[in-house]
This record gives sequence, C-alpha cells and structure tokens, in this order.
Amino acid sequence: MEAFTTHTGRAVPLRRSNVDTDQIIPAVWLKQVSRTGFEKGLFSAWREDPEFILNQPAYQGASILVSGPDFGTGSSREHAVWALQQYGFRVVIAERFGDIFRNNATKMGLLPVVLPAGTVEALQTAAEADPELEVTVDLGERQVRWGGESAGFEIDDYTRWRLMEGLDDIGLTLRNADDIAAYENGRQPWLPTTV
Amino acid sequence: MGRTLAEKVWEQHVVRRAEGEPDLLYIDLHLVHEVTSPQAFDGLRMAGRGVRRPDLTIATEDHNVPTVLGPITDPVSKTQVETLRKNCAEFGVRLHPMGDAGQGVVHIIGPQFGLTQPGMTIVCGDSHTSTHGAFGAIAFGIGTSEVEHVLATQTLPAYRPKTMAIEVSGELPVGVTAKDLILAIIAKIGTGGGQGYIVEYRGEAIRKLSMEGRMTVCNMSIEAGARAGLIAPDETTFAYLKGRPHAPAGERWDAAVAYWKSLATDEDAVFDTVVEIDASTLTPFVTWGTNPGQGAPLGGAVPAPEETGDPAAARRALEYMDLTPGTPLREIQVDTVFVGSCTNGRLEDLRAAAEVLRGRRVVTRTLIVPGSMLVKLQAEQEGLHEVFKAAGAEWREAGCSMCLGMNPDTLAPGERSASTSNRNFEGRQGKGGRTHLVSPAVAAATAVTGKLTAPADLAQEI
Ligand code: SF4
Repeated sequence: MEAFTTHTGRAVPLRRSNVDTDQIIPAVWLKQVSRTGFEKGLFSAWREDPEFILNQPAYQGASILVSGPDFGTGSSREHAVWALQQYGFRVVIAERFGDIFRNNATKMGLLPVVLPAGTVEALQTAAEADPELEVTVDLGERQVRWGGESAGFEIDDYTRWRLMEGLDDIGLTLRNADDIAAYENGRQPWLPTTV
Repeated sequence: MGRTLAEKVWEQHVVRRAEGEPDLLYIDLHLVHEVTSPQAFDGLRMAGRGVRRPDLTIATEDHNVPTVLGPITDPVSKTQVETLRKNCAEFGVRLHPMGDAGQGVVHIIGPQFGLTQPGMTIVCGDSHTSTHGAFGAIAFGIGTSEVEHVLATQTLPAYRPKTMAIEVSGELPVGVTAKDLILAIIAKIGTGGGQGYIVEYRGEAIRKLSMEGRMTVCNMSIEAGARAGLIAPDETTFAYLKGRPHAPAGERWDAAVAYWKSLATDEDAVFDTVVEIDASTLTPFVTWGTNPGQGAPLGGAVPAPEETGDPAAARRALEYMDLTPGTPLREIQVDTVFVGSCTNGRLEDLRAAAEVLRGRRVVTRTLIVPGSMLVKLQAEQEGLHEVFKAAGAEWREAGCSMCLGMNPDTLAPGERSASTSNRNFEGRQGKGGRTHLVSPAVAAATAVTGKLTAPADLAQEI
C-alpha cells in the first residue's frame, strides 16, 4: 500500500448523495482479473454526460473528491477504490461512507475523510467558486485546510498509523501466527469444514 | 451486564486483542466467487503465500454465468471463471463450477449445505454475505484486500461494530412477506441508517419467519448500511439445519444445539440503538427510486420529491426512473419480471411465485431463476417449473442472473423491471435499466397484469 501522510491538490465537488459503488464502477467493469485499467470505468455512465463535473476542463487533474453523504454504499467491490485511485484521486471527503467502501479504501491508501455536512458543503462551494483552489489533507494533523479555512477530522490511531506507514495488513497479522494457531486448537469440534 | 447475540459471537472469535488496535477475528467460513477473488489470489502468489485453511474455504461460480445451458460466450467473463478454476486448483480450494450439482449463488449454497451455522463468523467478497446472519452468525462482506487477508491468515482485523436492535412486533398480515418487511425497514431507517452497526432483528414477526424469510431480511441489511444483520437461532433454525450434509450429527449435534441456545441476547443486554416496527400495519412494499430506501406501500403513489427526506436525490431518481409524482404505483407498467437472486431465489420464493402463476399467463418477459442447482432440482421435483412454463415464463439455470448486469441477463436502456433482487441502483440490471424491487408474490402478480400488482388484486379480478 502507498503511504499517505499529507496531500495537497485541487478538489472536485460531487453534489450527489448515495453515490453507490454501481455508479462508481458498473458491474461490467468487474470482469477484469487484473488490478489495473479501472480508471476507464470510473463513473462511466455519468461520464457520458458532457456536463458531468469530471468532464469539465476546470477540474481535470483534481485529486480530492468532495461528495454528498453516503458515498460508496452498496457492493463490496474494491474495484471502486482502484478506479478512484487509478483515475487520480487520493482523498474522498463526505459526511458518511458505506462501511465496506471505507474499509477497502483504507486498505489501499485512498483516504476517506468524514466531515460534517456543513463543512462538506462549504468546501464544495469553495471548489465551485475556484476550481484552482488548493486543498491540503494532513493525516498527521487530522486536518483539512483550504484558503484560510480548516477543519479537523477523526480517524482511529491504528488506521492512521497503518496509512502513514503504508503497512501491509497481512504482514502485520502474520506476526501473530502463534496466536492464530493457538486459537485454532480450541475451536469447537462440530464446526464444519468444506472438504 | 448481559450481552447481545452479536457480542457473544464476536467475543468467541477474538484471536488477539491489544489496546489501540482492532481485534483480530477468526473466520470460520470463507466463501469465494469469481469476481472479487482473482486479484486476491494474485496477491498470494506475488508474496509467495498459500491459503491457510482451504478446508474452511469454498468457491462457486455465480455472477458471470449464463442461465441458459451452454458455455460462457463473453470472452472476458469466461477468462474470469477460468481464472477461478485455476486458482482453486492451484491453492486446493473446493469449487462448485457451472453444471455441478452444488453450484449456485454463493449465499444460497452455504446454508443449503449446512455450512452456515449459528455462532460462526462468515465472510465473502460480496456485500450480501449478511444473508448468513439469519442463522445467528456474524457474516459480512469484504473487499478484495480482505479476501486476500483471510485466504492467507483465516483472520481479519476489525473493530466491533455498535449494536442495533430492530424490534418487529405484531404479525405480518396475510400476503405480506419478509421482503416487504425489509423494504419497509430500509425506507424507515434509510440507506445509511445501519452504518457502523450490526443489526439484530427481533420480535414476534421475526420469530415467525421461516429460515428462507429470515435470510431475505438479513440479506438486505447492507441496503440499510449495516454490514451484518442477524437473528437469534431457535427451533426453526435447528430444524432447518438438522440432517444437512455439513451440519453436526449425533452427540456433536446435541452439543452444538446446547451451545447455539446459549447465544441468544441476554434479557438485560443493552443495544446501542433500538428501532421499533409494527409488522401488523405493513402492506406489500415496492421501490420507486434508485436506492433501496426509496420505497413505498404498493397502495401509494410516486411521492413528490419535496415530501421525501432527500429532495435532490428523489428528483434525480424520478428523472432516471421516468416517473411523475402522484402516479399510483399500481399504474406503473413494467417490461420484465425477474424472480431470483440471493434475496429471493430459494425454494419458498419460487413456491410463492408459482402459487400466483398457477393457471395464469404472463404478459411480460418473465425470468424465473433458481438460486442454486439444488433449488432448481427441488422445484422441479415439485413440478413448479411446469407451472412457470405453462404461464409463459422462462425457467432458467442457477446464477445471479438479472440481479446485476454482468451476465447475459440484462435490461435494455429504458427497460423497466419488477425484480425480487436487492438493488435498484441506476444501471444495476443493465445500463439505463429501471428497477422496482418487489417480493416474489408481487413479481408474479405483476407479470400477469404488466403493472405493479399484488396477488390480492388478481383475486378480485377473477
Ligand atoms: S444474486 Fe445479486 S446480490 Fe446476490 S450475490 Fe449474486 S449479484 Fe450479488
């Protein structure tokens, strides 16, 4: 996973609620067996509309997506995270996220930032007024800063540490292989196996 | 203080707990399918890791498979399915491929084999893993990175979610099903209402549901934002499990049942949140919008956006759905009816549809898709397929089918469906397709009239 410490980039406002993962990347794109090439599928239905915000030249190259509430609801497809990252996003800001999406994002180093509705709205308005606006997302300080404004956000210490170090979860867990083996010895005898 | 069902099951699976870290949770069963696993197996290969417990892992082919006999013709789908076969062979994971008697939608086959049991932890790279919670298991969907993590370690680091009780008092009226109940619950608490929670469904109406109905309810927990939903195991659960191929037998059965009985939420346990619903007031429920929370009783009308909690979203949804506020829901014309999926693709669902279709004819394209090969076999033993065929419906092979636009069963742009699946998202059933979520009984009645219809409406017509 790519480490995340602090990121400065331009923001694109996505004024929609319930941006489900079928919108972020429709199912037809999930047939790939590789981990790359998903940027083409990002919001593919919406991107057919020339008016869609990501098609506007002013927002090309933006790396912070500022969305309405309940971003990433729906399916567990991590492809949604890959598509956002491969398109160039490093951060998604919203009032609420789908639980599985948020989990997937933190496994991959895409930072989901939860801010209150009013702050999200203010940031969207600022990015609409000035698409060149620079926004800094500082994970160390747990803070988002733009044009003289700033807002703190919460993230648990463990996830923050993992993201800042870019640590591989599996490697961390395997340090506890002895605990896993010990647990396995005490499992209930009736539990099923698939063989 | 007493503990809830979810807390008991969680505690039983903590491998390691350390201050300031998520719990390391042991996973009893890992279900795998072709869509969310290829990159996970690749990750194992790249790191030189194996599957820690192939004996707690099982795979099936479901999302991509065509539901008419014959090979997969889409080359990309074919590659994905073949990749799963290669990965399962290489890593020693048992697979139920297309054509195998054990094949089916991943959340149908676990329970039918008796692999899904009370008190277990179950994961799958699929958000509807919540289905298995119907047995009193903690079951939730994970992404591909976590799939790789479970394959490699049989554990998952996770914070214990908060607990929510959804108390369903009273009895469901005749003609109102588990699907109507869960659609009404989601409309009440919203698509984000369950975020951060494990939901326990409780109360008289839940106790009276069959295992099939309970699975329908738990299946759609994720549509209310909850990763997991569960129901305390009881005699209904034990009766369903007894004698299934992977269920315990003999003395082990008795020990297991004694343990399972101890899992129920203690009387003095406290939930973080409680939601109450009176089942006796419910009627058949359908969705009008583009998320599962945008639903209303079938007897109602398409709402004006201003009447809803999120007018901007409702406005966009109505535009996408091509609906006008004030239109009675019963007047909405549909082109296609789909009965199937992990929400409503079990035998009881097919029986409910057949009961409505017996002696009638459908006027829409109607796909009846059993959730597994076993469900198909059982339905045919009861002659349900004859009922469907005589009505003019299509009787298909097992798979996810029209639940999502990944296989040949899709809606054309602008086409409208009444569907027993779980998601009415834009484009979910095919680009530009418009979905109304309904119960199997409403789906079948709708197929007969071509408009959203409850079976009770049909009876009046005769
Ligand atoms: S039937 Fe639908 S919801 Fe269930 S696993 Fe298949 S695609 Fe997912």
